[in-house]
Amino acid sequence: MKKPGLIAITIILTSLFFSSPGYGQLQIVITQGVDDPVQIAIVPFEWNGFGLLEEDVAEIVKTNLQNSGEFRAIAEANMLSTPHEEQEVFFRDWRFLGADYLLIGKVVDNGAGGPLQVQYDFFDVLREDNLISEVVSAGRNQLRDVSHAISDKVFEEVTGVRGAFSTKILYVTSQRINADLTYYQLNMSDADGGRSQVLLNSQEPIMSPNWSPDGQKIAYVSFESTRPRIYMQELATGGREMLTEFTGINSSPVFSPDGTKMAMVLSKDGNPDIYVMDLRTRDLRRVTNHFAIDTEPSWTPDGESLIFTSERGGNSRPQIYQVSLDSGWVERLTFQGTYNSKGLMLPDGVNLLMIHRENTSDEYHLAIQNIERGTIRELTSTALDESPSIAPNASMVIYASKARDRGILNAVSIDGRVKFQLPSSQGDVREPSWSPFFD
Amino acid sequence: MQTFKAFKLGLALMMAIALASCASSDTEDMSDSSDMDMESSSSTASSSSATSNAADMGDGLTARERQQRDDALAMTVFYFEFDRSDLSAEARAALVHHANYLKSNPSARYRLEGHADERGTREYNLALGERRAQAVERYLQVQGVSSNQLETISYGEENPVDTRTTEAAYALNRRVEVH
Repeated sequence: MKKPGLIAITIILTSLFFSSPGYGQLQIVITQGVDDPVQIAIVPFEWNGFGLLEEDVAEIVKTNLQNSGEFRAIAEANMLSTPHEEQEVFFRDWRFLGADYLLIGKVVDNGAGGPLQVQYDFFDVLREDNLISEVVSAGRNQLRDVSHAISDKVFEEVTGVRGAFSTKILYVTSQRINADLTYYQLNMSDADGGRSQVLLNSQEPIMSPNWSPDGQKIAYVSFESTRPRIYMQELATGGREMLTEFTGINSSPVFSPDGTKMAMVLSKDGNPDIYVMDLRTRDLRRVTNHFAIDTEPSWTPDGESLIFTSERGGNSRPQIYQVSLDSGWVERLTFQGTYNSKGLMLPDGVNLLMIHRENTSDEYHLAIQNIERGTIRELTSTALDESPSIAPNASMVIYASKARDRGILNAVSIDGRVKFQLPSSQGDVREPSWSPFFD
Repeated sequence: MQTFKAFKLGLALMMAIALASCASSDTEDMSDSSDMDMESSSSTASSSSATSNAADMGDGLTARERQQRDDALAMTVFYFEFDRSDLSAEARAALVHHANYLKSNPSARYRLEGHADERGTREYNLALGERRAQAVERYLQVQGVSSNQLETISYGEENPVDTRTTEAAYALNRRVEVH
């Protein structure tokens, strides 16, 4: 008999230090934008320095803003002037083109091997107002970070919502070689799919990647020992620990909002139930105790309850429940549809994101249920949705689906107006997990 | 609710079996001797049939019965209906032979790998795969197989046999594999 226990191991993952691009290079393809996007003119930034820059700051900002679905960039060929500083701007040139906003800037190398200076100005064209004027120092290899940061500020200035372009995503890719051999990878990339790196290579499945709330650690399930085990890994060092190795299912690790606890699913007592581990003491607390399947825990924003999937209602039909960690009180949240699972409460505490199948349908859609009114709104037209993950600014949801027999990632705005895909160059992609903000 | 009753009954049976197998050591001796019978029968050349063993090797099986047993033991993948974990009549018939094999070979171990099709969410499917593997495990235990010889692992929807998005592919993927 195996003894359930906690064995801590530390493995230095070389792939963290020598990051190699994985199979699954992702690139955003917009499938649906808003009807009335904001018109923005982004002038290519001037470069005052030697050699070529690896990154085109203006181009990255333009791609980011257009990929949000909220912006449309004015074609460079139509521009009447190419200002790089405020005194070179003639607002009538931009009003003529129908631009609502204008972004200009330049990258300057002051020599002596010091950092580059990225200077940019962002204007409201109609009000002829300079909204943001900033100079940022950056190494040559940090221009992509600077571009994402500029995108965040512009997005927030225009929409009032903090931009999430500087965040990252985790996702799992698989490459099937033959019936007996599949390569699995746990990957991390920028939110736009850029700069992907492999965190873990395995010939056994990898599941359920999840971020700590400070973005410093991740947790996931790996079958590398030929049995499912929960691991926690520090991103900066690659130091890794096995958190559980019980008989049966060890799955669905989810950090609590304060980062001190981890919800998980264990079937060590015969069938899957929800547990919470104190990450400091490693004490386990059983939260549900039912002979039906209980799985897919997620924390409510206040950290006081867990949302979970259970088929305790009968008929092998999973529904979503909420359990109070204080009182143990269990409440059923979903009643409409024959399949509701993987519930995630949005930050407002009222709207529940879930995977939903209607009574007469065979399609699994991402949907939002208002738990006060009970109304359900389907967000997608893809048919095999799973693994939703909410952006830290709560504007978009990234999720996995299938297209032409291959797993792909999709994203949809919470209001359903914007949709894009992140197809992979190769293999199947699945289980996206959107990072928190890093500051 | 009936499945829950059946589940509780299964649990009770499991406990009874576990107790029984702990209590008696002479049953182990018996299974050891039958183990030897099995080995001698299978290592002896057949004269009555090209594909099965000798007609009378002391195990009381006819050539036809021996063929049935070998066919059953060759069946190592068991399929399930959508969202279900009950065993087909064919699977139960084959598992009786697997149970006999395990009882006759106490050192033999089965790893029962449960799988689900891709519809629905991954972690729920992991639980469904486990339930299917446990259905096979329980059936073997009810036949008298020691729980020490059995291990269940669920892969959920992670290891499909057929990656296509068709009903036929789904049917092939809802399975328990015996390893």
